[in-house]
Amino acid sequence: MQAATQATIDFLKLYWAPLLCGVVIVAVLPLIAGYIVLVERKLMADMQARLGPMRVGPHGLLQPIADAVKLLIKEDIIPDDADKVVFWLAPVFSVGAALLAIGGLAFGPAFQIGVNLNIGILFVVGISALGIFGIVLGGWASNSHYSLMGALRSSAQLVSYETAGGMALVAGLLFAGTLNIKSIVEAQSTQGVWFGFLAPVAFFTYLVASIAETNRAPFDLPEAESELVAGYMTEFSGFRWSLYFLAEYTNMIVVASVATTLFLGGWLRPFAGIRWLNFLDFVPPLLMIGIGAYCVLRMPKQPSKVQQIFMLAVAGLCFVAALVLAGPVLLPFVKPSLAAAVKPFYAGIHGGFWFIFKVSAYLYFFMWLRFTIPRYRFDQLMRLGWHFLIPLSIINVLVVGLALIVGSYFNLQGWALLLATTPAALLALVAALVILGMEQKSQARQETSSVTDFYAG
Amino acid sequence: MLDKVIFYFFAAIAVSSAALMVTRRNAVHSAIFLITTLLATAGIFLQLRAEFIFIVQIILYVGGIMVLFIFVIMLVNLDVALHQLKFARQKWVALVVVLALAAQVGVMFWTTGKMQGQVWPGLNAAPVGKLPPGNAEAVAQSLFGTYLLPFEIASVLLLVAMIGAVVMAKKRA
Repeated sequence: MQAATQATIDFLKLYWAPLLCGVVIVAVLPLIAGYIVLVERKLMADMQARLGPMRVGPHGLLQPIADAVKLLIKEDIIPDDADKVVFWLAPVFSVGAALLAIGGLAFGPAFQIGVNLNIGILFVVGISALGIFGIVLGGWASNSHYSLMGALRSSAQLVSYETAGGMALVAGLLFAGTLNIKSIVEAQSTQGVWFGFLAPVAFFTYLVASIAETNRAPFDLPEAESELVAGYMTEFSGFRWSLYFLAEYTNMIVVASVATTLFLGGWLRPFAGIRWLNFLDFVPPLLMIGIGAYCVLRMPKQPSKVQQIFMLAVAGLCFVAALVLAGPVLLPFVKPSLAAAVKPFYAGIHGGFWFIFKVSAYLYFFMWLRFTIPRYRFDQLMRLGWHFLIPLSIINVLVVGLALIVGSYFNLQGWALLLATTPAALLALVAALVILGMEQKSQARQETSSVTDFYAG
Repeated sequence: MLDKVIFYFFAAIAVSSAALMVTRRNAVHSAIFLITTLLATAGIFLQLRAEFIFIVQIILYVGGIMVLFIFVIMLVNLDVALHQLKFARQKWVALVVVLALAAQVGVMFWTTGKMQGQVWPGLNAAPVGKLPPGNAEAVAQSLFGTYLLPFEIASVLLLVAMIGAVVMAKKRA
């Protein structure tokens, strides 16, 4: 008994922080996902010249909570012919994989939920890819043709695009020389340039592959509502359906974080190494003050008293955030002796701000694409993946390696490395386009033979 | 202590789901239990501080091969496969193979039991701090340095198999 208690205490001593972070993530992520959905709906409404959700809270700010309540109290339907156990477990598996992948991410130099794994980025990518089983098994267990079709499409799509995405990561990792997430960002800090500039082709390939892996429009074939009702989620309702939803949005955050870490400098401020641009440190607090001031200005226009108070509360939160962000920047000016003590706080708070800012920008780009580009047909999707992206990413790994050799030969560093990598990127693009052209020519010759399109709708 | 608990936890999952995988009638259920076996094995790798092998196991076997497995299982007609199962005549061959394997494992247990400091295989594994922290680097150095030639031969072999598969698939179409 004594030993067991002692073991438990030792265990908690070691792991209380990760456990706490895990609980917080599981509790907070649904809320974050809900607000991402709200932003998405607002953006969609803006692009379609309407207002979007406006009823619940000022400008629909409480809509996600109302949606969550609705989903929780909806009837939970399990089809009679479904494989019950698998039907139960599939959404849980999806969410579990997505949440586990978040644990490997580092949001700042001192803030990581799990341990600082030596294989950090592989862990995140590998675990988040497991979410596919939730989709495939859920589609199979529903015992419905639409669901099965969505599941098949999903697995074919993932297998095709994971190769391209993985190769893109390899090209980016060649610059970093490590798999550890913190070391990747530190490498970008010491080299003084984000790898997105050095490996633009890899960044582009990862962008496309990440959209396909998260099943987002224009690659949302597995849940194409015009063809398959709702694809693999057709038979799911209520809470189970919202679990799939949560998994999708968590996966979006994961791929955005991976891209931010590897290609967009992680938690580094833009131009982090340049002294005379240090005034950029004032951008985050000023941004927060601006948002708060806007909320105060809009306050009198709200229709009811409650909404006015809510608006003021949002403004107050923004001002508090501005204060927190301004503190580490302003304190050294007021009291130079505090500079050293404040430094870790600066790295943590501002690092977190820039990381979240970049991830949000990436997600915002996803939303733009969703409302701009119509859905691909399945054979087009496969052709884009196998005939263009995979050759492009493989050639890109080769030429990036060559560019690195050339760069080290001429001793190029930082931005000067662009001299070697830009021609390499162009070379990769041209080679991939030539391959695509050759394939199209040979395909046109074979057009006479009957084409059986196996997976298409 | 914690190491032992984790090891036996994953080992129990791996062994029991492997047994379940063989006995299930439904092919998809078998595949699910195979996934659990592979994940539990990956957990044992992680418990042994072999992070790189852990993630390679997950990415390759679980994330790659098993997705294809399930894809194929969903495409084939399961009823036909079940029908053919009745005519399986390899029971005795399987029994002999299992016995041979069991004998091998038994010999392994017996010999390691006689070694110095080894009580039971797996019990005092996980040499904390003995492994270098750079797991991926160590694997890369041994693959591309010490064992470069075998590694290249294996990759050529895989390439040959890949081209062969493409050629055979093309012929049938």
